[in-house]
Amino acid sequence: MKNEWPLWEIFIRGQHGMSHRHVGSLHAPDAEMAIKNARDVYTRRNEGVSIWVVEANHIAASSPSDKGPLYEPSESKVYRHPTFFDIPEEVGAM
Amino acid sequence: MTREDAFFQFLLRMGDNTLILGHRVSEWCGHAPVLEEDIALANTALDLIGQTQMWLGLAGEVQGEGRTADDLAFLRDAWDFRNVLLCEVPNGDFGRTLMRQFLFDAWHSIQLGRLMKSSDERVAAIAEKASKEVAYHLERSADTVVGLGDGTEESHRRMQEALDYLWPYVGEMFQSDDVDAEMVKAGIAPDPASLREEYDVLVSRILGDATLIIPDSSFAHKGGRTGAMHTEHLGHLLTQMQWLQRVYPGAKW
Amino acid sequence: MYAQMVQSEATQDDPEKLAAFQARIDAGEKIEPKDWMPEGYRKTLIRQIGQHAHSEIVGQLPEGNWITRAPTLERKAILLAKVQDEAGHGLYLYCAAETMGVSRDELTEMLLDGRMKYSSIFNYPTLNWADIGAVGWLVDGAAIMNQVPLQRTSFGPYSRAMIRICKEESFHARQGFDAIRKMAEGTSAQKKMAQDAVNRLWFPALMMFGPSDKDSVHSAQSMAWKIKINTNDELRQKFVDQTVPQIEFLGLDLPDPTIKWNEERGHYDYSDPDWSEFFEVIKGNGPCNVDRLAARNKAWDDGAWVRDGLLAHSRKKAARQHAAE
Ligand SMILES: [Fe+2]
Ligand SMILES: [Fe+2]
Repeated sequence: MKNEWPLWEIFIRGQHGMSHRHVGSLHAPDAEMAIKNARDVYTRRNEGVSIWVVEANHIAASSPSDKGPLYEPSESKVYRHPTFFDIPEEVGAM
Repeated sequence: MTREDAFFQFLLRMGDNTLILGHRVSEWCGHAPVLEEDIALANTALDLIGQTQMWLGLAGEVQGEGRTADDLAFLRDAWDFRNVLLCEVPNGDFGRTLMRQFLFDAWHSIQLGRLMKSSDERVAAIAEKASKEVAYHLERSADTVVGLGDGTEESHRRMQEALDYLWPYVGEMFQSDDVDAEMVKAGIAPDPASLREEYDVLVSRILGDATLIIPDSSFAHKGGRTGAMHTEHLGHLLTQMQWLQRVYPGAKW
Repeated sequence: MYAQMVQSEATQDDPEKLAAFQARIDAGEKIEPKDWMPEGYRKTLIRQIGQHAHSEIVGQLPEGNWITRAPTLERKAILLAKVQDEAGHGLYLYCAAETMGVSRDELTEMLLDGRMKYSSIFNYPTLNWADIGAVGWLVDGAAIMNQVPLQRTSFGPYSRAMIRICKEESFHARQGFDAIRKMAEGTSAQKKMAQDAVNRLWFPALMMFGPSDKDSVHSAQSMAWKIKINTNDELRQKFVDQTVPQIEFLGLDLPDPTIKWNEERGHYDYSDPDWSEFFEVIKGNGPCNVDRLAARNKAWDDGAWVRDGLLAHSRKKAARQHAAE
């Protein structure tokens, strides 16, 4: 156990122009090997064009009990979402 | 020897290398030191099997006797195999497997780079596809050789032992004969000897990073790529690989 | 199933918290690793996901047994890719278990010294090439029965792993059916192999779903927690109903003479496997238990220097970079 390879979280950009998405985790001795392992483990079916790896214990996460304070305020700001606005069809794409 | 004969022999050499090495690497599936390596080794083996289908497929076509890649893989005896001995030696421990992979990948990547400029466009096309796969094999095997060479005392010792065992099998990849001369004349493939300099530069750099010492000997086993004398190991490998096809001739699988 | 007879842990938590937790599950919410969860839920899931992961890894062995003997280059590639996927499934599942604070090495050691189990099915041998078809078709087929509903399980990381796994599983079942179909339609020797495989693997496949519901312990709690979605008998019946017509399509004899369509129930009747055999296999007395565990132990022990060596190098490299800065 003392010598277990650290755990890495893997993020993959599936197509050009998309953002990276968390796809899973794996073990590797360092970041370079984590990228290589990610290529072998998570892109076996041509799923990716770019890989990010982050050591799992370097990820700072919000705690679930913050769920209310952290996210609810934005729920009421519906105007931030483009679908909030009715744009007349004649105006065209926007 | 006609040009067609030589071309056929050359294609067998390419295809038998990937066939036999791919078979060896596939033996690791389910037994590797860690899951991530298990998956990575399987990817390497899969690439090599795919390349085999292309090289032996073309070999059958060039030979013109209606033989498929499967016929060539499963229905020839040991003396008709043209892979270098390096590919057929047993896996040994993980260190020896990865050292063998690195020593082969280094040659393979240089060879494919040259073949991409082959006068035969079918050869160039296969080389183009394979070279992308092999560039990654090389990166991975080189990294692993460096990591284990420069790892613990034990891993260093095992990697040096692997290199000492395998080094006498390196020279065969650079030996030239009539087949090669014919291929050079036709512009299909380079003279093997002409790859050596680039190979030595690459291999010395990586093995240096791995803190390993290249044995001070130019002795080279030979006989695989000509078929004159394989190791005892090849027969056992073929016994397994060809068993079903031999026992049930003509069956479709 | 891949996780058979997983005992759910009793739980002694604050009743109010428990009720709130159950309400979240009933509402279809996913539980994420950092959320509060009953100790029993956590322990049961570690056991279940761990056992599932171990099954994927040990499951590489019976099929891996034929990689070097695959009869064509294409079959070799398909089988290798399939067995490689199983290693991937094990990897995803171990990672899901790790989110609950257990390490992969800890789980591995518990498999290796026998404290944790894996599915009974992988203690049966693969004896002829048709077994490779039958395993993909019947064993992966049975696993899919269980894994598809598990995509909706309450624990987020487990559910996400199952979604990824299910995408790959349909390839497994199809390649298996395709391989055995070639044989069922082949020479008389091939047909004999196909029949032999189905006869030998049928009852072990039925055992995968675990003992009958009336003898099955602790499944009520697991079902309430949505870490078990269907009962063993439900899934087994579904598997039989799906598979019998496929066996007939292949033109093979049914492996159990009592199989008969029951118009009234709208299901096939079939015989139970020999449950005493099942309990022996679980105890360690299947045909391959000893060999399977020995192979996993050997891979782990022989690989120790590799894992240590690569880690030592990474640490040295980091130290050198640090010194250079
Ligand atoms: Fe699986
Ligand atoms: Fe599967």
